[in-house]
Amino acid sequence: MDGIRQRETEPDPGLVVLSVNGERRETGSSTLEEMVRELGYGDARIATAVNGEFVAAGARAACRLQAGDRVEIVAPRQGG
Amino acid sequence: MNVIHKTRQATDDLSVYGVEVGSRLLLGTSQYPSPAILNAAVQASGTSVVTVSLRREAARGGAQGFFEMVQSWGVRILPNTAGCRSPKEAITTAQMARELFDTTWVKLEVIANDDTLQPDLFGLVEAAAELSSQGFDVFPYTTEDLGAAERLMAAGCQVLMPWGAPIGTGKGLANPYALRTMRNYFPGVPLVVDAGMGAPSHAAYAMELGYDAVLLNTAVAKAGDPVRMAEAFGSAVRAGRSAFVSGLMEPREMAEPSTPVAGTPFFDLTT
Repeated sequence: MDGIRQRETEPDPGLVVLSVNGERRETGSSTLEEMVRELGYGDARIATAVNGEFVAAGARAACRLQAGDRVEIVAPRQGG
Repeated sequence: MNVIHKTRQATDDLSVYGVEVGSRLLLGTSQYPSPAILNAAVQASGTSVVTVSLRREAARGGAQGFFEMVQSWGVRILPNTAGCRSPKEAITTAQMARELFDTTWVKLEVIANDDTLQPDLFGLVEAAAELSSQGFDVFPYTTEDLGAAERLMAAGCQVLMPWGAPIGTGKGLANPYALRTMRNYFPGVPLVVDAGMGAPSHAAYAMELGYDAVLLNTAVAKAGDPVRMAEAFGSAVRAGRSAFVSGLMEPREMAEPSTPVAGTPFFDLTT
């Protein structure tokens, strides 16, 4: 029961627990810009939203992450 | 003679949101067997507008390669909001798409039902109004409902995209009567039949009804030979358009000889 064990584990106080693209993640990044770089996207062509709200590329550095935030990182994909 | 075609301009260019669109076939980019086949199919179709989407970035690299391929085509990009189930999701998706693809165009989908993938017309109107106010050029995926169509236009839409049949079914025009009514009701509005096409004849039929363009994906991508099918749809759309502009003959109840009766040999009026 990994889930229970995870819940019993004290999270690192230096890390923020949030979700990225629907998956739980602990991060030391304090802003969306840092998180995008932490995940290795660098200058890749991506777009972002936090808690359902669009965050423009130019606003990522000012977007502070908090526990429980839901981060979406999307890229171009085939579509109909 | 068809009443609608008399109101058309002398030139046959399709103008949407102030942009001249060369081809009246709008093509989706999904579900092709390979990137190479997608690339060849787009070229063979002659399309000038392709639809794309955005999805969660799971693996870096592939998405960027796809975007570079799309750019190489030199066509207009129409990002969709496929899979969105609320106006809020669709609006945020459209905002992300505008930044990613650097276009104000958006194919707006707000889906109501998993089985039919039919549009949520109430959510669609709400999202269209908000996006229009934010400067988007909205291409709404809608039904033939005239009331919803009027609401969409009041919300700022300058083009309407009623479904032919549910997405991915390939059934063609499920309700030609309603599509014909819509065409006649909005003679000056660019109308695009979106979704449900299965065969080039379906696309030709939509164009013969006076629709300005058709948008399809699966019928080409899932064909045995997608490249040749793309070419077939391109031909069908051009044929249907030419037929509509030419003016189709009125059907008749009784047979009438096409060869002149006068001068028929062995025909004797004295007997």
